Amino acid sequence: MKKHHELVCIVCPMGCRLTLTKDDHAPKGYVVEGNVCKRGVDYAIKEMTSPTRMLPTTVKIKDGFISRLPVRTTVAIPKELIFKAMDEINKVEVDAPVKCGDIIISNLLGTGSDIIATRSMKRR
Amino acid sequence: MYDIAVIGAGVIGTAVARELSRYNLSVVILERDNDVACGTTKANSAIVHAGYDAAADSMKGIMNAKGNAMYGDVCNELNVPFERIGSLVVAFTEEDLETIQGLYENGIKLGIPGIEIIDSKAVYEKEPNLNPGVRGALYAPSAGITEPWELAIAYAENAITNGAELKLNFEVKEIKESKDVFEIVSDEETIKARRVINCAGVYADAIHNMVAAEPEFKIHPRRGQYFLLDKTTEGFVNHVVFPCPSKLGKGTLVVPTVDGNILVGPDSQDLGMDYKEALETTVDRLDYVREMVSALTTKVPFREKITEFSGLRAEPDGGDFIIDWSKTVKGFYNVAGIKSPGLSSAPAIAEYVMEAVIESLENVEIKKDFDPIRPARIKMEHLSDEEKQILIEKDPRYGRIICRCEMISEGEIVDAIHREAGGRTINGIKRRVRPGAGRCQGGFCGPRVLEILARELNIAPTEIEHEGKNSKVLVGETKA
Amino acid sequence: MKHVDIVVIGGGPAGLAAAIEAKKNGVKDILVIERDRELGGILMQCIHNGFGLHVFKEELTGPEYAERFIDELSEMGIEYKLDTMVTDIDENKVVKAMNTEDGLMKIQAKAVILTMGCRERTRGAIAIPGTRPAGVMSAGTAQRYINMEGYMVGKKVVILGSGDIGLIMARRMTLEGAEVLAVAELMPFSGGLTRNIVQCLDDFDIPLLLSHTVSEIRGKDRVEEVVISKVDENFRAIPGSEKTYECDTLLLSVGLVPENELSRSAGIEIDPITNGPVVNEAMETSVPGIFASGNVVHVHDLVDFVTAESRRAGENAAKFVLGLLHQDGPVQSTSAGAGVNYIVPHIIRKSNVEEDVTLFMRVGSVFQNAEIIVRADDKIILTKKRRHMAPGEMESLKLPVDKLPESDAVITVEVAEEVIQDEKAS
Repeated sequence: MKKHHELVCIVCPMGCRLTLTKDDHAPKGYVVEGNVCKRGVDYAIKEMTSPTRMLPTTVKIKDGFISRLPVRTTVAIPKELIFKAMDEINKVEVDAPVKCGDIIISNLLGTGSDIIATRSMKRR
Repeated sequence: MYDIAVIGAGVIGTAVARELSRYNLSVVILERDNDVACGTTKANSAIVHAGYDAAADSMKGIMNAKGNAMYGDVCNELNVPFERIGSLVVAFTEEDLETIQGLYENGIKLGIPGIEIIDSKAVYEKEPNLNPGVRGALYAPSAGITEPWELAIAYAENAITNGAELKLNFEVKEIKESKDVFEIVSDEETIKARRVINCAGVYADAIHNMVAAEPEFKIHPRRGQYFLLDKTTEGFVNHVVFPCPSKLGKGTLVVPTVDGNILVGPDSQDLGMDYKEALETTVDRLDYVREMVSALTTKVPFREKITEFSGLRAEPDGGDFIIDWSKTVKGFYNVAGIKSPGLSSAPAIAEYVMEAVIESLENVEIKKDFDPIRPARIKMEHLSDEEKQILIEKDPRYGRIICRCEMISEGEIVDAIHREAGGRTINGIKRRVRPGAGRCQGGFCGPRVLEILARELNIAPTEIEHEGKNSKVLVGETKA
Repeated sequence: MKHVDIVVIGGGPAGLAAAIEAKKNGVKDILVIERDRELGGILMQCIHNGFGLHVFKEELTGPEYAERFIDELSEMGIEYKLDTMVTDIDENKVVKAMNTEDGLMKIQAKAVILTMGCRERTRGAIAIPGTRPAGVMSAGTAQRYINMEGYMVGKKVVILGSGDIGLIMARRMTLEGAEVLAVAELMPFSGGLTRNIVQCLDDFDIPLLLSHTVSEIRGKDRVEEVVISKVDENFRAIPGSEKTYECDTLLLSVGLVPENELSRSAGIEIDPITNGPVVNEAMETSVPGIFASGNVVHVHDLVDFVTAESRRAGENAAKFVLGLLHQDGPVQSTSAGAGVNYIVPHIIRKSNVEEDVTLFMRVGSVFQNAEIIVRADDKIILTKKRRHMAPGEMESLKLPVDKLPESDAVITVEVAEEVIQDEKAS
């Protein structure tokens, strides 16, 4: 009995509708159909087996020009850690001034991704 | 103990309070909502009718004619916008022509100044956007437009300046009377007064019934819905344009506002007694407004609509204004059923009520220091370049434009917060100085107005309300 | 009266790129006027990534993208004023602006670049019936509150509109602890990028209700519930299809409108389809020396296109000031043919085109494996195949100068081939 999964590829605006079928004999464990290019195969399998996401959000900042500093992950982190990541990030309060690119949290939850400031912010 | 308690801070209650504040009396205005002018006063056609349509011997007829004549002076004293743009009741059929003839004759009886029947050519010269087929119109040059909530706010401000008190969020739950003293009870407070003046709009009957042995009148809500069009449509009409009236009222009209918008509506929908809070707009009735107005003109630029709203008229079962002492409760004065032409009649009603109430009291002295002038609001938009420059040098806050759509400065907003009967909510500021009333409907200025309110009132931004007491804009901080 | 060579109205991505490019092209005396407390425009609240794929070959967040230009502007010593509102411009290029320090300023400019961006369409403009409680706001206003001021606007949210702003806010609200119950979309397809549907809705199991709209808002002081109805092919709510959602917030992401009040007061001709100025290949409006670019001309999806367009405006504004902009030669007007909603620029003067002119356009439907056909009067001058086109994704097409005829002509662009779903102009 083969299991089908459907998803839309988001690598380019084509948005190919892909189907994945589990197949232990296939090179990566799945047969992917519906893709126009090869990138779709890689995306589909990653989405299926270990989906990751970039996480942009804000942190509290003290004495800043405004009271929230925008931040993001440096690399995509496992999708299932998103809410835990938010909890960790929400605990932080940064002090102004900050420079764009400053590391706010190093190696968030052991993912290898830092949380960096995405803007510079002066003191109030 | 107060001499007078006025229930309701709409245009009627505030006008009455202001007139009474000419005397050495303690006056308190009790308003159940979070601001002045939150009922019918904030949602109507803003028209000061010439007054030819009500029966010459009715209160409506008498008060409208008198009130209209008083409007220029009152608005000068209170620095409220008022423009006598004139009105047209447009006739398309033989029957219409008969109707306007009847209105004309009634108007002559009432002494309405300057009214005349004009021919089709004259009508199109005045209003080129009307449908073809106009046979003539009743033209009344004394009709005008004003800003009803600003009038109520100005009345309230002037009343307070002259010693009256305003209690907001005071919802009357009970009224007890004993030995010529009224006890007016809310959930939080009880106040005492020697006289009560009931200006409670759609709830005037319920208020009177709290203390009267038998009901004397019934008020049911008649809802009207409107479209407000962008200022880019200014000039679509130049007068108040009415169709011929029907049993339900003056009809669906097109009228300019003093701020440069065009207002289209209202419809007329009788609601049951249980529906005195039914303020929603509805698709079917708004469609009906479109349908009705197409009889006057098919060119209405609805694409330029910026908002829709609905208001409730206080319809008395007897048809006419009820402006008199209660038949059974001594010292209790009803000002009820003040639907159209209520706004137009307000200055006259206030004077009439004042005289009646003063007469019922002893040893009442007129205040020597009564100040009838309520200071004008500064409107940056209307100042010359030189005037703007001088003002900004004096107070730099006038140099920061907060509302892009209406060109409103921070200085104007701060002033509106700190006056007597000042604004404390987003909509309160919108009513007083207009941020949020323009085409962006608060999208750009909203957060800025909220910030200024919080700062000036010295409360947390999360405490700022949109309109009513339980209408906070924000629910908390992120990451709380 | 102050004299400035080029005044740029708006210091967002369009204004920044235009000012920088103008300076690079030889004009030193430039002033950028910005109404907010800092430069960067709307990008400063767009904290999500997806910006800069074309311009920087990187995926940046909004603030990061803006900072690149803000830094460059500062390094180039271009003057700017913050917290300053332009109140008027006229056809003589006199700009009036106001702030707390300078008071009312009158500036005579040699050229003006309009980069005021756009505003969000409101509840009133689309006439959603019901009451008018707290808790109804546009998605962009919510975005500002959450991302910059640090306030939550609601706990239980319904979103109307599945354009990118609506989708992004669905995720943002969820990440900051709110419950997003549904995103309703009037059209039978979403206006946003598929990527955002996956990452903003699917990831959080937020249902996307296509061909639905909010048919009523209920609640006295605060939103208490909204009614969502299915719509028919005329976009009218189908009676009997109503479903009530208990919520305290309704966010509206129902379209953007270019902000052209100032353009109108200068007497500039406005295209009723784009709601922005009619412009030529130099991004010049109908008033010589007044240029425009970015969202004020037509609403963009990618800031990278805004930058490209604004660089063109800046370059040409500089040329205008230096007397290098050609006014003579053949004039061609562009015309949207079958399948195309609009084209910018509206007018092409061949003598100002060096290598090519880029046409930006939006198609009216979703097309798969289609062909763009460009005609000069009746003659086909260019065809281009496109695998996928949608109304929500602005198309750009390079028209080489040698394809343009030598005389005045009408350049028509149309799309031919397989239609997937239709969009009716509302």
